[in-house]
Amino acid sequence: MGAAVSLRVRGQVQGVGFRPFVWQVAYQLGLSGEVLNDAEGVLIRLAPVDRLDAFMAQFWARLPPLARVDEVESTSERCDQPLPFPFTITQSQAGRANTSVAPDARICDACASELRAPADRRFGYPFINCTHCGPRFTIIESVPYDRPATSMKAFPLCPQCQQEYDDPADRRFHAQPNACLNCGPRIRWCGSDGHDLAIDDMALDDAVLALKRGEILAIKGLGGFHLAVDATNATAVQRLRQRKRRLSKPFALMVPTLACARRYVQISAEETELLQGLAAPIVLLDRQHQGRALAPEVAPGQPCLGVMLPSNPLQLLLMAAFAGPLVMTSGNASGRPPCIDDAVALAELGPIVDGFLTHDRAIVNRADDSIARVVDGEVQLLRRARGYVPEPIPLPLGLERADQILAYGADLKNTFAYVKQGKVLLSQHLGDLDDPDLFQAYQDNIALFGRLFDVRPTHRICDAHSGYHSHRLARQEATTLTVPHHHAHLASGLVDNGWRPEDGDVLAWVLDGTGMGDGSTEHALWGGELLLGDYQRCQRLTGLPAVALPGGDLAARQPWRNLLAHLERFAPHWQTLTLPVLRQLESKPLLMLRQAIARGMQSPPASSSGRLFDAIAALLGLNFEQIHFEGEAAMALEALAGQISPRHLPAQSAKPEPELTALWHTLLDGLAAGREPADLAYLFHAQLASELVAVARYHAEQHDCRTVLLSGGVMQNRLLQTLLRLQLNEVGLTPLFHRRIPANDGGIAVGQAAIAAARLRHVCYQS
Amino acid sequence: MTVLAKDAIITLAHGSGGQAMQQLIETHFVAAFDNSELALMEDQAQLPLAELTLAGDRLSFATDSFVVDPLEFPGGDIGKLAVCGTVNDVAMAGAIPKYLSCSFIIEEGLALATLERIVQSMAVTARQAGVRIVTGDTKVVHKGACDKLFINTSGIGIVPVDRQLGARFIQSGDKVIVSGTVGDHGAAILQARGELALSGTLESDCQPLNGLVEAMLAAGSVRALRDATRGGVAAVANEMASSAGVGITLAESAIPLHPQVRGVSEILGLDPLLMANEGKLIAVVPAQHSEAVLAAMRAHPSGAEAAIIGEVTNGSAGQVKVSGPFGGERLLPMPVGEQLPRIC
Ligand SMILES: [Fe+3]
Ligand SMILES: [Mg+2]
Ligand SMILES: [Zn+2]
Ligand SMILES: [Zn+2]
Repeated sequence: MGAAVSLRVRGQVQGVGFRPFVWQVAYQLGLSGEVLNDAEGVLIRLAPVDRLDAFMAQFWARLPPLARVDEVESTSERCDQPLPFPFTITQSQAGRANTSVAPDARICDACASELRAPADRRFGYPFINCTHCGPRFTIIESVPYDRPATSMKAFPLCPQCQQEYDDPADRRFHAQPNACLNCGPRIRWCGSDGHDLAIDDMALDDAVLALKRGEILAIKGLGGFHLAVDATNATAVQRLRQRKRRLSKPFALMVPTLACARRYVQISAEETELLQGLAAPIVLLDRQHQGRALAPEVAPGQPCLGVMLPSNPLQLLLMAAFAGPLVMTSGNASGRPPCIDDAVALAELGPIVDGFLTHDRAIVNRADDSIARVVDGEVQLLRRARGYVPEPIPLPLGLERADQILAYGADLKNTFAYVKQGKVLLSQHLGDLDDPDLFQAYQDNIALFGRLFDVRPTHRICDAHSGYHSHRLARQEATTLTVPHHHAHLASGLVDNGWRPEDGDVLAWVLDGTGMGDGSTEHALWGGELLLGDYQRCQRLTGLPAVALPGGDLAARQPWRNLLAHLERFAPHWQTLTLPVLRQLESKPLLMLRQAIARGMQSPPASSSGRLFDAIAALLGLNFEQIHFEGEAAMALEALAGQISPRHLPAQSAKPEPELTALWHTLLDGLAAGREPADLAYLFHAQLASELVAVARYHAEQHDCRTVLLSGGVMQNRLLQTLLRLQLNEVGLTPLFHRRIPANDGGIAVGQAAIAAARLRHVCYQS
Repeated sequence: MTVLAKDAIITLAHGSGGQAMQQLIETHFVAAFDNSELALMEDQAQLPLAELTLAGDRLSFATDSFVVDPLEFPGGDIGKLAVCGTVNDVAMAGAIPKYLSCSFIIEEGLALATLERIVQSMAVTARQAGVRIVTGDTKVVHKGACDKLFINTSGIGIVPVDRQLGARFIQSGDKVIVSGTVGDHGAAILQARGELALSGTLESDCQPLNGLVEAMLAAGSVRALRDATRGGVAAVANEMASSAGVGITLAESAIPLHPQVRGVSEILGLDPLLMANEGKLIAVVPAQHSEAVLAAMRAHPSGAEAAIIGEVTNGSAGQVKVSGPFGGERLLPMPVGEQLPRIC
């Protein structure tokens, strides 16, 4: 009998060592009470009440690394029975779905040192983990998150592991993937035909020797396979390119240590933190000017390298033994999605690799390596997957009551999202839904997320493009809203910046390839629009001039097509100019293409900024014929411009509409006058930024709106971002950029979700 | 045949039901189509049942309307199209096409010489296909009420007792065969409209396919046949996959293409699988019969470039996939209107 306090803790508090942590704090303070998991998170009851402050101080100071507390709600209670003493962990009642599944986390320092300690019973064991680290999302099949619901169910705990699992004082208390060499998964070294050659330590040794010989390995990781090869061995890297038919797309690197990374790239404090963070993403870093030599084939022509540190114990052991940089690229065959299934991997990667370093724990959910970087001091995610998914993204205040929404995302770089209780559950990066297997995986993942998070959508939203596979799927349901592509970009940027509906409208320059507009312009396809709006609605104020895409989607693969279309539009006299690149263009079937453009046959007009970048790249002799991966020409153009040191360009005066004629003439004249392509590439970026700012300025005045959001895939261009930030600030406008939600189509689903939430707010959530 | 004035045109009088119309029908249509049923000049044709029932146990009956711009194009004209289209629809049931009806809706001002050529072409095509045009109708409408000339044909054929064809018979493991190069008609029409500055000649594949069908059915068993007209191979494959509840996988590199069609599609980013044909069929054949049927097709002039282009699978019901030369696959959905770029 007496006073007690109960604390309701919400957030990511299950499966992350939360109860033992609470137990330890309470136990050490000599408190009475209990802690338990329930459907809403964690419930703590404790007494005496006057020790609450002491408890909370410890609580906040010692939170487990994977825990995320969104809310603690405390209520005082009077209880008839005295609370248990000493403080107890009470078994959870079975029943309602678990509220949270944590992302996979890189190996923690404690596990890493046990891994290296010869006396430890897990010395060199490649699946060591604890409640503070290891796999989560990638092994879960259903909820609640318990060992039988994961791919660890195939590995019954040995007595020692069981003891750790049951002991609240142990770091492995209820660590679902807890394992050791006696009871857990084991690694194997196999030939490219899948025949076992060695196991355990021997497997690792043989794999490392194979890598040193320059062989190509498939390595099974947490959320997928990697293809690995010695990054200093040019022949070996070239062989990987040939076998994977990946001609130029840069490969990511894995390095054993930060010190090793520094030999190749420059790393700031923020970047160090990102590399070493729990998510352990690939971080794009500038090369060292006098860096150590890597095989040039790793990332041809790229000023940046994508680098990651080992994040799971197998990688840690491998990298320690190999002691150098490895190419670590995703394990997929050309044109195929990354595989997670052993049999599929054998069939598809077998022809590419010389051997498999694999293991007997199934990958349940695919999670590619995430890609991030730091721009102007801010972390920006370019691909959100392993380590970040399925961490919920809160909708801003005002939309916090949104619930039971499914957003289907865009068709390329696809992610989808659910909304549950005001939070967006954004899926991992999946990819291009045009691939039949991926389209199937997309549908499977939609179902899986629905089960894992106990969401039964009552409302759905998809992109307005009727040719999107996601659109066709979504429209099979009656309650589906559609939304213009670029409004979704705008809304995703707003969510990323915590913008509340009551904060009003923003201006947004949304720059990307192409997406379906809202039907208000003669051209159906947009890609360089100035929008004004919020979550609920948005209008197009102006945009880049619409230019034909001769050949439709082919224009996105063959930059010269855009060069032709732009020249025909902005410099129709181009055939009278004497530039070699224009002679190259003349060798194309101009007559037929001109007819196609004139008659709009397979040449839809689009206000695409992505295709503008392609056209300029082609003009400057970069990727004139074709690109091999999305954004290749634009990246090459940015890299070329990066050779010039930035200089100040005075802001233009305000103007209502952007135009490109002067820009094209400047570039053509510059080329004719023999100016360096790098100089012109820089000039293009600077003039485009200045044009965008001048137009934003005009409309800021017109609509009395000082905030300018920058979104869309083109906004991943770091130089453009920097130029825009500087110029917008200079003219007194406030720029907003993407950070945790990708600016590209990987963030579309979040925007769609927020739009649905806003549109439904008055319908469903208020009464 | 009457000698025509060089600049004679169709007027509203030709459709009045009066003398001008009578003369038009007698001197042009009846003479050209030249058969005893039509020569009676009744409002209907009377067909001998006994002869038909000897040939099979079911009638196959189809109708189609034809509009095309321009009326005449390399490899054909609207008249040839109107005969082939209906003959082929009838033949896809495994039927032997017998009789056609034919209605003309003519815009006043059409050159009589043009009509004459088109009617002659219909007559020649009908003889080639072994069918008789036995009844018809003619209307002339005000300028602007239609575009030059529309033709409707309906046709009947006899399905022999032992023939059961249809998408519902398709099974996983069957092979998908196309009777020749794909997209020729679509490309020829673009060229004829002056929308493609093509050198060389690209001809429509417009042709009756009933002879080819007979040769195929004599060589082996066939589950289903469909002529790949509007919407091309993509539409047919999707219809078959969804009505049979199976998957179909086509191999990009196996699809026969006329070099000029390949060229045009490479330049314009057109997918030949979506382009129209007017003389190509898609056959689904049990694997063990596929080589025999293919050989019979190749031995026939209408199937010289026939090829096995894919197979039926039991996964992903209703879905059509295309596998690329390097192992990648893409979905080939049912074509809907204009294809707008997806790449962002
Ligand atoms: Fe986009
Ligand atoms: Mg028909
Ligand atoms: Zn750990
Ligand atoms: Zn164990």
